[in-house]
Amino acid sequence: MASALKKETLLDMYRSMLLIRRFEERSGQQYGLGKIAGFCHLYIGQEAVAVGTTQAVRPTDYIITAYRDHGQALARGADPGMVMAELFGRSAGYSKGKGGSMHLFDIEHHFYGGHAIVGGQIPLATGMAFASRYRNEDRITVCFFGDAAANQGSFHESLNMASKWKLPVVYLCENNRYGMGTDISRVSAEADIYKRASAYAMRGEQVDGMDVLKVYEAVKDCAEDVRAGRGPVLLEARTYRYRGHSMADPATYRDKSEVESERKNDPIPKLRDYLVRAKSATDKDLEAIDAEVKKVVDESIKFADQSPEPSEAELWTDTIVEPGEPDVRPRERVLDVKVQWPSYPSGKELKVTWEIEPSGKTEKKVG
Amino acid sequence: MPEIMYREALNQALAEEMERDANVFLIGEEVGKYQGAFKVSQGLLQRFGSARVVDAPISELGFTGLGIGAAMVGLRPVVEMMTFNFAILAMDQILNGAAKMRHMSGGQLRVPIVIRGPEGTGGRLSSQHSQVFDSIYSHFPGIKVVAPATPKDAKGLLKSAIRDDNPVIFFEAERLYAVKGEVPEGELLIPIGKAEVKREGKDVSLITWSRMYYYVEQAAAQLEQTGVSAEILDLRSLRPLDEEAIVATAKKTNRVVIIEEGWPHAGMGAQIAYLLQQKAFDYLDAPVVRVTGLDVNMSYAANLENLIQPTQTRILDAVNQVLYRQEK
Repeated sequence: MASALKKETLLDMYRSMLLIRRFEERSGQQYGLGKIAGFCHLYIGQEAVAVGTTQAVRPTDYIITAYRDHGQALARGADPGMVMAELFGRSAGYSKGKGGSMHLFDIEHHFYGGHAIVGGQIPLATGMAFASRYRNEDRITVCFFGDAAANQGSFHESLNMASKWKLPVVYLCENNRYGMGTDISRVSAEADIYKRASAYAMRGEQVDGMDVLKVYEAVKDCAEDVRAGRGPVLLEARTYRYRGHSMADPATYRDKSEVESERKNDPIPKLRDYLVRAKSATDKDLEAIDAEVKKVVDESIKFADQSPEPSEAELWTDTIVEPGEPDVRPRERVLDVKVQWPSYPSGKELKVTWEIEPSGKTEKKVG
Repeated sequence: MPEIMYREALNQALAEEMERDANVFLIGEEVGKYQGAFKVSQGLLQRFGSARVVDAPISELGFTGLGIGAAMVGLRPVVEMMTFNFAILAMDQILNGAAKMRHMSGGQLRVPIVIRGPEGTGGRLSSQHSQVFDSIYSHFPGIKVVAPATPKDAKGLLKSAIRDDNPVIFFEAERLYAVKGEVPEGELLIPIGKAEVKREGKDVSLITWSRMYYYVEQAAAQLEQTGVSAEILDLRSLRPLDEEAIVATAKKTNRVVIIEEGWPHAGMGAQIAYLLQQKAFDYLDAPVVRVTGLDVNMSYAANLENLIQPTQTRILDAVNQVLYRQEK
């Protein structure tokens, strides 16, 4: 582990991973107390993937994931209190309590959910990247998905189109080795997911997903390729979840010894040790971050507790968009702060210069 | 007013909307170089280029999901299904994705997409290529569903669908593409959710939509000769349903027959009949009768194919039933 990253970035990574860890531990507790219900998939163990990735891309790049989505939302800068409120099914949640744990969306931060059908977000990511290419924007999409999603048709159909049309997307497989309770090697003819890239004539890479710096470097490298217009990349991050598939899963399908051995590979102490050894931070600095994170998480629970349930009138909103109806901006609605919201060129302003099958025209990069 | 074919009306709508708004693009199988399996997209590739008229691989789920993703970030895709039979492969993206995106995101996202193509009896194509999905898509909140019968409605509704900020399922019919009708040139917007009385009458209301409109028109002409004045209400949109127009025609004639190409069990007509007994019970002089496709899979054999679809005989029998009439 060695990195040329600035001290501030390294500390940001530590803070972000720790926030996810503590947030998820407390989410598990709150689930036990009955304040969170339904399916709740914790991100504990996989923090390095979301954090390394979000640090390696631009804040304006699009990010989308599956139902194990708390980590990505927090790493992207979502308000922890509003995320917790969503888990509690309260009005102050990002989706007013309508989506819950599996459907976190924070469009202000270009985080597009939160999708609960395995592999369902992969074509969506492909379309988001298509739109960026269509508008000739300097923007990429990162699509997170689990190892089991790589056996869905949506994965194969998407990679084929993205590669053929050179769409700016990083397909980031978080291989935590289990699709719910099934070891991925039990149901996959090729369990090294990254190798499947070769079937679609695209670049495939594998990275240690338990090391945030390695994830950072790998994503940075892939993102550069993608942004340069060389087509999509399939990046497989080998990771591990320390808890069950969801809160409902006691994880009896794997040995305790396996979990114990993986715990020695925990990405958070790993970065902590590195920071101290590299003299990027003292124990005291890190203790201050621990205390700060604990406070943020404590407050997120207080915030969620204080939020009312959604009003009954909310039953009848957010199904059909009425003419002239604006989009809901969660932090404006809940915290009464002004936010920057994505805007798109009008149909008159937009000039489409891209040709999927070039007819000799040239195009210039804008934006 | 010029008379053009249904497929030409759709083509006009697409071309006009693509001209008007560069965010609109068409994606689907054979829409570009082949000029459309049913020639709806004829000439569009040459006019708008290969990024706006996209020849997709045979990956219905994939390219429908691509359209939905593009719509989530501001584009206005039109996804062409070569037929809605193939859209079954894309239903996860449509029903779990497009229909729920605004809800799941608490109003942060909208999905302005049109998913269009033919449904219904194809003409000697047997069961996998001859089915009606009206009630299936109409069942789901979060999407709109339209099924125009005439070239004029096809043009006006497609233009409205493309400008709508919600996912719209746009049902055409394989056997309607060559049907001709008068279509005004230039701007024509027909509102989604508005039915139209296509024929005024006073004795019985025939409620229908899409291709069955032509069957019903024929039946109404025949009824006229036997002294029965039939009113035809063409629903045009299936979700939202024009409840007002449905109730109004029932109150006017007091007798209703619903004619649909789809299967009877849990079909669209059942919902309409329910609506009528709720909101026009005191005005009905006879129980509502439905004429539907038979409750079997479509056969290839010509005689069976004809019998499975609503026939003139069955429509006229149903009218006689609500009129308590013996003669044909």
